[in-house]
Amino acid sequence: MEILFFMIPLGVVLVAFAIWAFFWAVGNGQFDDLDTPAYQILLDDDQPQPQKKANEERKEEP
Amino acid sequence: MSEVSTCFHCGDPIPAGETRSVVIDGSPRPVCCAGCEAVASLIAGSGLENFYRYRTGPSARPQDPSDGPDEWDAFDRPRVQQSFVRELSGGQREAALLIENLSCAACAWLIDHCLRRLPGVAEVTVNPASGRALIRFDPAQVQVSTLMRNLARLGYRPHPVGAGQAESAAQRERHAALKRLVVAGFGMMQVMMFAVGLYFGAFTGIDEVYQELLRWVSWAMATPVLFYSAWPFYKGALRDLQARRVGMDVPVALGMTIAYLASCWQTLTRGHEVYFDSVTMFVFFLLVGRYVEMAARHKAAAATDVLTALIPPTARRVIDGAEERVAVEELEIGDVVAVRAGETVPADGRIVWGQSRFDESMLTGESLPQARGLGDTVVAGSLNVANPIQLRVEQTGQNTVLSTIGRLLDRAQAERPRLARVADWIAGRFVIGVLLIAAAVAAYWLPRSPEMALLTTVAVLVVSCPCALGLATPVALVAATSRLTREGLLTVRGDALENLAKVTHVVFDKTGTLTEGRIAVDEVRPLGALDADRCLRLAAALERHSEHPIAKAFTEIETDDRAEDVVVTAGAGLEGIIDGRRLRIGTAEFVAALSGAPLPAADQGGDSWIALGDERGVLALMRLADRVRPDTKAVLDELRGLGLHLEIASGDSHEAVSALAQRLGIRRFSARMTPADKLTRIRELQAAGAVVLMVGDGINDAPVLAGADVSAAMGSGTALAQTSAAMVLLGESLTPLVQGVRTARMTTRIIRENIGWALSYNATTIPLAAIGVLTPWMAAIGMSVSSLVVVINAMRLSRRRRTEVCPPAALPGAVSEVS
Repeated sequence: MEILFFMIPLGVVLVAFAIWAFFWAVGNGQFDDLDTPAYQILLDDDQPQPQKKANEERKEEP
Repeated sequence: MSEVSTCFHCGDPIPAGETRSVVIDGSPRPVCCAGCEAVASLIAGSGLENFYRYRTGPSARPQDPSDGPDEWDAFDRPRVQQSFVRELSGGQREAALLIENLSCAACAWLIDHCLRRLPGVAEVTVNPASGRALIRFDPAQVQVSTLMRNLARLGYRPHPVGAGQAESAAQRERHAALKRLVVAGFGMMQVMMFAVGLYFGAFTGIDEVYQELLRWVSWAMATPVLFYSAWPFYKGALRDLQARRVGMDVPVALGMTIAYLASCWQTLTRGHEVYFDSVTMFVFFLLVGRYVEMAARHKAAAATDVLTALIPPTARRVIDGAEERVAVEELEIGDVVAVRAGETVPADGRIVWGQSRFDESMLTGESLPQARGLGDTVVAGSLNVANPIQLRVEQTGQNTVLSTIGRLLDRAQAERPRLARVADWIAGRFVIGVLLIAAAVAAYWLPRSPEMALLTTVAVLVVSCPCALGLATPVALVAATSRLTREGLLTVRGDALENLAKVTHVVFDKTGTLTEGRIAVDEVRPLGALDADRCLRLAAALERHSEHPIAKAFTEIETDDRAEDVVVTAGAGLEGIIDGRRLRIGTAEFVAALSGAPLPAADQGGDSWIALGDERGVLALMRLADRVRPDTKAVLDELRGLGLHLEIASGDSHEAVSALAQRLGIRRFSARMTPADKLTRIRELQAAGAVVLMVGDGINDAPVLAGADVSAAMGSGTALAQTSAAMVLLGESLTPLVQGVRTARMTTRIIRENIGWALSYNATTIPLAAIGVLTPWMAAIGMSVSSLVVVINAMRLSRRRRTEVCPPAALPGAVSEVS
């Protein structure tokens, strides 16, 4: 059970790290807007590629 | 269904004969006007078509693209920029803008991408939740006016945000609260974990050294929770004590401190028991409740900001007969300002030249424009619909009627909901009570059996469940509010649900509440050879050429006719040629003058009639009126079914109100009511013991909404009515109101059940624990189950029962529904 003397302080250190990371995220504005980023993943394609889409459709045909 | 006939961009119906279209995603899409065409091509041309794929609703119809570019130039003056542009290091600047029509994430994305394409724009942050954008740019490469002009061109009109102080204060508060919450959460989880070890140790035996370790680690985790996360409670307690009163923070702070210090003492002296777990959990649950409240408060405050959007960003100052564009911030009392037809009045003032009619629907909720002449006062935010005027500024910026009301509202919103205060109060007393009982139990058992003293004290502390008490109210409130928001009723004030449950009388405003609040053709009376339908189509073809608010009454009417050579006579009407026939539409005098025919007789009584005629005589009279919302009748019936008394209080004429009341089956109504009259009526009802729900729309309803026990405003109405109201109906429908009353009643019942449950649970288990029947592990299970019961019970509120949902049956159609 001596391992506890290592594991428990390690847990405390990990929590401290998690809290630090969270503080950084809050300060960085990560929690300011919780709606937009969900769409960002869909939208961030700057150049829609109709060309590519058309190619894919053609491939499926045969 | 109607995809062909609505504009791809803004969703408005496409006028007949309009052939514009824009190619998007490879196929042509119809658009309704030059403005929409310009925006849609701009979006498509920049490869941003994705916007259309992911937006949540139709976009705003942009203003006429030919709108003079000089409107935004005023923002390049350094004096104007002082208020909203910040100097950053490295020569960059940051502009804070409030953006109109910013409704969804796709809008934010579109703005972001369009602005970033401009040279010199470094970073764009758009927050759709608060409707704000922060733009970092290099002033050497790009002008502020260019940024704003580009936004306006997309259909999102920007407004400078005065220093953005309010926003950053709210943001700081939210950040601090989040950090405190998370520290408490992590601390609670860790301490609980160690507590499990300690409890196990209490039965099965634990080496002294491990117990020591666990206790010290618990102490290490609990200390930041107490001194960082719980800091607001200490601050509150200190403030209360300085003011020599005992608020809810005092017992909370006291309870936490005693439990913490006792645990520290026990740790140091290797005593019996530590209570770090109870302390951290208590702090965490209280903070969750506070955080939810704060979020609701901020949401309400964001609505107030929209008020500033009513005032235009720039004005035309007249100096020695010459007009000059200045920003509204530069206006001073005594300046003379020109307001052209179609522009919004920038400041409160008195008309010194000209006369016109003003659309004050933003302020009063009355949809028909009001005539104002020389010497009359006009209010900032109202729209000049007829003729150019000049006015002498009497109040500017912070002192306008609009801003003053806005500030009053801000103050009113700072208060906390009463139910939450009561819950805190109960929880605070409860903690002290439990600590006293635990001390008494320990004191009783210690001389008799130290072994039992330990077990019973622990059991008492564990089994007592402040979480169930602390959670009882907030969980139910949150579940109910979020459910209602989903259904279209936004709760702005915390007290709203509690009061709504007790409501006995409902008082409705008429215009914009029971009715749609915009003018439509209500009746056509043909006088000549043509039938009503034909007359309507001719009228609609003519009105397509007008920007006048009355023309909006005709936009829904489809017509194949095309009018040519249309001439607008301000204050009278329109003249044009359709199929070679010269027609006039407008006031009876104006129309009759074309043919020299005698004036047609029209009924009076608050309604507004317009005439259509040609060179041979008057063809038809048309009555413009406000249509009743399609779901009004059903909602009123349901409310009556819930046992509520209904009443109308309107500023409109007696005839109009009584006709509507009769049609809707409401027996009590009062017409020609000023806001003060309405307030008096509500006071009367309240004096007779009634609890009044006021449903209204418009700024002149603001005092009435505030005076009622609980109030709801139509979301389609003015921003101000929304903020002074306790609740806001988000859509164009009254239906959520019914659900609101039902849910509110259920919420108070559930809160009562929860508190009852928590109290009776504690009342039975604490004595059992005190006499040693309950062992700590049973107590731990009991406590968790007790919390779960409370949460699950509250969750019943967010469950939707199908039978309760009754969406408005039909969409408001076009002419066919005109009665």
